[in-house]
Amino acid sequence: MSPSTAEAESGAAEAIHIEQLHKKFGDLHVLKGVSLSARDGDVVAIIGGSGSGKSTLLRCINCLENPTSGVIRVNGEEIKLKADSHGHTVPADRRQIERIRSKLGMVFQNFNLWSHMTLIENVIEVPVHVLGVKRDKAIATAEALLDRVGLADKRDVYPAFMSGGQQQRGAIARALAIQPRVMLFDEPTSALDPELVGEVLKVIADLAEEGRTMILVTHEMKFAREVATHVVYLYNGLIEEEGPPEQIFGAPKSERLKQFISNIH
Amino acid sequence: MSVQPAPGIVDATARASLWLQPHRIILIAVALALFAAAAFFMRWDWIPQYYDLALQGLWRTIWILVVTVILGFMLAVPLGLAQAAGPRWLAWPAQAFCTVIRGTPLLLQLWLLYYGLGSLFPQFPWIRQSELWPYLRQAWPYAVLSLTISYAAYEGEVMRGAFAGVPRGQLEAARAYGMSRWKVFRRIWMPQAFFRALPTLAGETVLQLKATPLVATITVVDIYAVASRVRQDTFIVYEPLLLLALIYLIITGIIVFAFKKIEARIPVRVA
Repeated sequence: MSPSTAEAESGAAEAIHIEQLHKKFGDLHVLKGVSLSARDGDVVAIIGGSGSGKSTLLRCINCLENPTSGVIRVNGEEIKLKADSHGHTVPADRRQIERIRSKLGMVFQNFNLWSHMTLIENVIEVPVHVLGVKRDKAIATAEALLDRVGLADKRDVYPAFMSGGQQQRGAIARALAIQPRVMLFDEPTSALDPELVGEVLKVIADLAEEGRTMILVTHEMKFAREVATHVVYLYNGLIEEEGPPEQIFGAPKSERLKQFISNIH
Repeated sequence: MSVQPAPGIVDATARASLWLQPHRIILIAVALALFAAAAFFMRWDWIPQYYDLALQGLWRTIWILVVTVILGFMLAVPLGLAQAAGPRWLAWPAQAFCTVIRGTPLLLQLWLLYYGLGSLFPQFPWIRQSELWPYLRQAWPYAVLSLTISYAAYEGEVMRGAFAGVPRGQLEAARAYGMSRWKVFRRIWMPQAFFRALPTLAGETVLQLKATPLVATITVVDIYAVASRVRQDTFIVYEPLLLLALIYLIITGIIVFAFKKIEARIPVRVA
């Protein structure tokens, strides 16, 4: 089911399309047939309790986890999958998956800035070494991005010398540097001290405001309500309820979602 | 402002006076006295006669060390990688190689290669006629081979730990941005593993230096062999050995210094 008929009629192109996604880790059935789609400009927030499969769902989009079955389309291009010799599903075309990944800006829970590079080196790494952008051009872009996330003065600092909030803002700059078609956020504030959450959320909210397509796994319900155009509540590997934020948070239908929201607040 | 001396000068004099504490002055005096005593009371008249040979030996020790460390490390990287992340059919032989080489004495390996392999080769006419023969009939290739293998085995183990110690998230981020396997290795995995291994590698290289005298047992004339020659020719025992100890100490100092320099270029201990 598409997010809403109004969006479908707007004619925006479909950036991410997921159909009947299943993921098993051994006997553990984490995703049990999830379908989801995001059009250009959508901000999809995925919420749910721990173990509901929300991070796995996000990580399947760029095949950091290989789905067991299902269809994933990025920018209308279907990721080709095949079964390997052990019977696991893996990307069939390494080139294709690398190309698709280089258009998706992923932001991790633990930042994962490369610790042996300064901040600016982190930001230009993928443009220069994967996308083939000229070094001085990449540096100019990176400096503008660092300025934007408020880290211009941390240009030549190594991640180990930055606070969690600064590292995460740096990681967002690294994601923006590839001019991503879609931004993927995997619980971007869960590893942060409470007083640092605000600065990161503010950067993400700015991105939402300028109409970036984003998929966001989060525990920050208030934030999801403010920035999301569409909210998906995942329970036990299935979409229990989805809809616009006013409906999900204002008038939840499912008992589990009601309980989930009341537990959070 | 102008009355005060520049802060740099104050720091320098303060540091010098801090460094020259009474116990240090006494230690320096003792060292100088020992040095003078050695110079006056021991025999050093043999030095001019063996000077050229000693230089050649020193040069041989150093190039054997440098070449085997570089070649050994180049082998250690795939050995470590195979054990840390390779499929079983690669990991198992790599592990077996490291275990066997680390589990047997270097002297034994050296002799097996030189007296064993080296004496087998001449029995095959096609080897004797090959272009490699001029090398295979000399001793140094066997010395280089066995020291390389030894360094590779020890460092293969070190690199296994270093590769395994790089946090998964670092590699995952690289994959998530579309890097190919080779690029992940070259840009992220290898540099971080190398930085992790560097302090250990410094120590292992010093050990490698002190393994080089074994090549004297297969007729390669390194600096140690020169000291033995002096003893056999002149029956002077302690002086050449003392000088030898000093030379090894100095080379060790240079190795430690060089690795410190490289380590200093890594601004952060990789988390």
